[in-house]
Amino acid sequence: MFNTNANRPDVLWRRVYLHTFLYFIYLTLVALKFLSKDFANRIAEKNVTAQIVIRSVGIGREFTFYDGRLSSKRGVNDNVDVTLEFSDCFVAARLLTPPINYQHQIDAQKNFQLKLLGPDELTYHFTQIMIATRRIGWRFGTKLANGVTRYTTNTNGGPLFVHVKNEEIIRVTPIDFDSSDASSWTINARGKFFTPPRKATVSPHALAWKSLVYSPDRILTPLKRVDFDPNGDRNCHNRGESGYVPISWDEALDIVAGEMKRLKREAGPGAIAYSHGSHHTFGNIGYQLSAFRRFSNAIGMTEVHPNPDSWEGWYWGAMHHFGHSMRCGAPENYGTAEDCLEHCEMIVFWSSDPEATNGIYGGFEGTIRRKWLKELDMDFVHINPHYCETAAYLGGKWIAPKPTTSPALGLAIAHTWISDSTYDSDYVNEKTVGFDKWKNYILGEEDGIAKTPEWAAEESGVPEKDILALARKWAAKKTYLAAGGGNGHGGACRNATGTQWARISVCLMAMQGLGKPGINFGFMQWGAPVNLRFYFPGYAEGGIAGDLEHTALSVHLYQRMPQLPAVNTVTQKIPKLSLPEAILEGEAEGHPWNAKTIEGQFTRFKYPAPGFVPVQMLYKYGGSIIGTASDTNRYVKMYRSDKLSFVVNQSIWMEGETKFADIILPACTSMERWDISEWAGTHGYTQDSQSQLNHRVIALQHKCIEPLGQSKSDYDIFVEIMKRMGMSSYFSEGMSDLDWVKRMFDGSDLPDYISWKKFLKKGYFVVPAEDEKLRPPVSFRWFSEGKKKNIPEAQPLPGDYTDEFLSGLQTQTGKFEFEASSLKRYDANDPERPPIAKYNRAWELDEEDYASKYPLQLLTPHPRYSFHTQADGKDSFINDIDDHRVEINGHFYWVLRMNTEDALERGIQRHDIVKVFNDLGAVLCAADPTERLPRDVVHGYESSARYDPIGEPGNSVDRGGCLNLLTSKRPQIKKSHSLASSSAIVQVELWDDKEEIETDASAAMERAAAENRVMEGSHE
Amino acid sequence: MSNKWNLIVDVDECINCYNCALAVQDEYAEMEHPGYTAPMPKHGHRWINILRAERGKFPIVDVSFVPTMCNHCDDAPCVEAAENNAVHKRSDGIVVIDPKAAKGQKHLVDACPYGAIWWNEIEEVPQHWNFDAHLLDEGWKEPRCVNVCPTGALKSVKVSDLEMSQIVKDEELETLKPELETQPRIYYKSLKSLTKVLIAGTLEKVSNGRTECAADIHVSLSQSGSPVAESVTDEFGEFKFDGIDRNSGAYQLNLMCNDISQKIVDVDVKNESLVLELDI
Repeated sequence: MFNTNANRPDVLWRRVYLHTFLYFIYLTLVALKFLSKDFANRIAEKNVTAQIVIRSVGIGREFTFYDGRLSSKRGVNDNVDVTLEFSDCFVAARLLTPPINYQHQIDAQKNFQLKLLGPDELTYHFTQIMIATRRIGWRFGTKLANGVTRYTTNTNGGPLFVHVKNEEIIRVTPIDFDSSDASSWTINARGKFFTPPRKATVSPHALAWKSLVYSPDRILTPLKRVDFDPNGDRNCHNRGESGYVPISWDEALDIVAGEMKRLKREAGPGAIAYSHGSHHTFGNIGYQLSAFRRFSNAIGMTEVHPNPDSWEGWYWGAMHHFGHSMRCGAPENYGTAEDCLEHCEMIVFWSSDPEATNGIYGGFEGTIRRKWLKELDMDFVHINPHYCETAAYLGGKWIAPKPTTSPALGLAIAHTWISDSTYDSDYVNEKTVGFDKWKNYILGEEDGIAKTPEWAAEESGVPEKDILALARKWAAKKTYLAAGGGNGHGGACRNATGTQWARISVCLMAMQGLGKPGINFGFMQWGAPVNLRFYFPGYAEGGIAGDLEHTALSVHLYQRMPQLPAVNTVTQKIPKLSLPEAILEGEAEGHPWNAKTIEGQFTRFKYPAPGFVPVQMLYKYGGSIIGTASDTNRYVKMYRSDKLSFVVNQSIWMEGETKFADIILPACTSMERWDISEWAGTHGYTQDSQSQLNHRVIALQHKCIEPLGQSKSDYDIFVEIMKRMGMSSYFSEGMSDLDWVKRMFDGSDLPDYISWKKFLKKGYFVVPAEDEKLRPPVSFRWFSEGKKKNIPEAQPLPGDYTDEFLSGLQTQTGKFEFEASSLKRYDANDPERPPIAKYNRAWELDEEDYASKYPLQLLTPHPRYSFHTQADGKDSFINDIDDHRVEINGHFYWVLRMNTEDALERGIQRHDIVKVFNDLGAVLCAADPTERLPRDVVHGYESSARYDPIGEPGNSVDRGGCLNLLTSKRPQIKKSHSLASSSAIVQVELWDDKEEIETDASAAMERAAAENRVMEGSHE
Repeated sequence: MSNKWNLIVDVDECINCYNCALAVQDEYAEMEHPGYTAPMPKHGHRWINILRAERGKFPIVDVSFVPTMCNHCDDAPCVEAAENNAVHKRSDGIVVIDPKAAKGQKHLVDACPYGAIWWNEIEEVPQHWNFDAHLLDEGWKEPRCVNVCPTGALKSVKVSDLEMSQIVKDEELETLKPELETQPRIYYKSLKSLTKVLIAGTLEKVSNGRTECAADIHVSLSQSGSPVAESVTDEFGEFKFDGIDRNSGAYQLNLMCNDISQKIVDVDVKNESLVLELDI
């Protein structure tokens, strides 16, 4: 046995050291109390006695904090409030000696060598006092003239400087780099040199942040619904209509913790579910995948399982032909900016509007590079029912298929290439399998219908001559395909034929030699030559989640920033798109978002899971779902049911969905708390998404101002709830959000380049561009040249290679599979998703109502000016943008664009209030007649943050602008968990406000319910 | 000669992102800059106002965005119309409205022929975008709208009037409503989307019984026998002539294949762009 005899020399000197060190801690605390007012205030908050004890050798020191005074004495006293206990002096010496080694600290906790004992209320307080000693000398921000301090932050639209004067944010500006920031890269192509400007461009919603912080819709105190009594009548049916009364934090948190305990005890495991939007305010510590995941896992909650909402068609479709499961079926995208500039002759933008959607989080970085394309002699085609922002900027040929018919267009292009023998037959022969089968289908040998341009013209409304001209031009020119708003997400992959379209897109590229110079996926949005070797974690790595299963934490960050794991004991999950059915009908089924391998999507899960109970409580984070999910009156009805006995919403603003909660916990914005993040730094399914940027920027997110009102950071709210659950030490590891920020800084490559103290002041770091020789090769070039995969992404997983490691694609054959072996294995006879990519007309075009009642197709793409619901509504500056909302008689109406002649026929003029409706509901919008849409297509963005029913919630006209009230809940294909909500069939008419619209809408709703049942019945 | 501020707006580079207008809101909405501006109302004012110019008809459309704002005219009607010297021209070219002296002078809103002065009901003052004078006086190198513009569509230059006139010449810059002779300091590049119309069209032909796009057809545009412009149809059979004066009357399009005239089409240009569907 290991000898821990107290008199051994190596023990003895540690004993002396520890005695001295504990005394030194005391001296430090005394000094801090005199030097720092904040610290003096902190110790005055609570009276507490605490000791640090090394148990095996009986060394200890007691600290007493009483009315702000501090005293200390040597010795062990187990009658104190808080004990920080080390098992022996080896552990103690190792852990107490700075700098803190978190790997050692976590190990010691796992081995029960380090314990923190005492009531939760005091343990966190004590660790925070101890940790405060590390913050000596920290200074934040940069002083400017006139009493202004410049802080930094990061947003979904890019990083910002935040100017603060007298505790008030006075402006936000983009970050302009200075001469001390790293230099930029240069691309030499076609005899020209291209280098980006020295700034970080931001999206419009980033510039709205001041108005969001000071929004009148901020929730500034905890609220309780007036007619909600946790011990009596809950009046669930009044949710959405009843008002709120302010309550204290203690009351609110006691109710929330009390309800969680009650449901665990009375109902059983699984009764509490958590749900959040797909995004969050930026920041790796406070992100929903970080702090919220750690919290929900620690409690044990039913997951509302997300669908790959931006990738649908690629995840459920394209992946089967060429792999990339860990990118959700979207293609790799390294080195494409340089290749595109040097070799590409034409870009086909297909349902792609990067000037509106900015890739993902990318500011206008890609726009700057597309500007270079205009300097080169490059052709552009825009296949899009809307003459979109990118078309307006770049110009080029506009081809406008009827929404959902793009797959037919794609097949006709393939038909032309086959007929003209203008595809890359060598490539197809060598690198692909199954082409003959697809060819037979296209030529009509399988079903008797040749997929000719003439056939596709009939289907899509695009003239045959244009299809023919497009196909021929595409074959003749080295072409990049810009498919969707990202590199394989957004756009048409989110409508009823999304899987078909994404599948046909990749098949077309394979026919033309994907990976050869100038032939690839992209549109200068991705693949810029930034230095991707520099490590800084992305939000999908889970931050502090401790979740090794459902985030990318285990890949990298867990080793870099060791932390206590957090495992959700409730394995039951609800498919997000069927949440209302799960609650109201008690049953739901879905397919998982499991992108580890192609087959991950094939398992089917059921709710409720065996042994778990139905959900009764919803812990909801924010309020986006009515604007962003499909057929969203369903969610309203769910909220108004007593099957949900308790709903808590933790939210910054009072948004459309927030007002359906019983208790509302006011969270502060990311500008009122500490965080750290990288611009567009995601990792996970969009690994290396910083290649959208011209410069990688890592930002400290300063706590620019104190939280407004009584609002608190999400993290602090969780700590408070965890105190009531006895888990605050476990949850927080004794850390505040700022302490976690420091841990993440230390876990990244930043300390090699910038000191912590400099980073605290300056607030951002520009990652130096790397040597030209180190730039990654072009995506798919390796594949087209028959080499091993040589691009810097560790995917697919080693077991997914068929031949040697790094040889070939992720498919079973390792080749591009026109006939997907995964689909043959899974369900070769699935008519919705056959092994070869086919065209099935969208159900909405086959509905009788389309011919009669609802002759217009509604497009609902991702919004341009807001980031989903973020920066919309809330009295945001964005509301004043006429292309976003229009103020009419005091209401800010959502904009609906329609063809001028469609408008004329209906007597509709610019900024008239119109009712957009179908059997699912009705939404009021401001009309905007335009020539940018063909006849019979109307366009309004998804993601209204406001849900403003004029009458009964769930059964009346919405003035807020939630066009997703009108979109179908049907998945793209049954064997999936996918939304198909980016198009719908509707009618539009002038709104006569004298009409009794509530009655009308109710009748329509009843009819819809009846028809829905019929549809569902025949569907199954 | 002292250097003065000018703003150059490149219409071709404006993507309608509204960052410039948002920067104005961020800087002025409900925020006072003593000595410069009273707080701007949070909603309703458009000190930078982006006009959308749509030309053509489906399937050939052309969309441009034109940011407009106070023109900081050297011969500014508002300066003239103001009482108590409430509006004055600074030596750096910037026109400023004194929020105190201008109180109650609602008539200044109508004095501006560009609609760039806004009436603030709450503060009872006329307001405009003053080039962010308070920031420039603090040492900022450019106004905020330029700082936030991602594409460089807005560019501020502080040069002598002589240098500016050379830039205007070199870059073929224009001003809004030059006929008013107010001497604006906001200059535009590619203003034709706002001021001129298009003659555009698609050509198709029948080949082997199939209708196809007629590519590589020479299209020459002439008026009263004088050649105006030449174009060649692209792979989609499209051609486009820009910069045609509104209401400029009758034109002839001569469609030529291999130097042989196939067809002559007469058009009459009125106030709107023309999109023709032609066959040969």
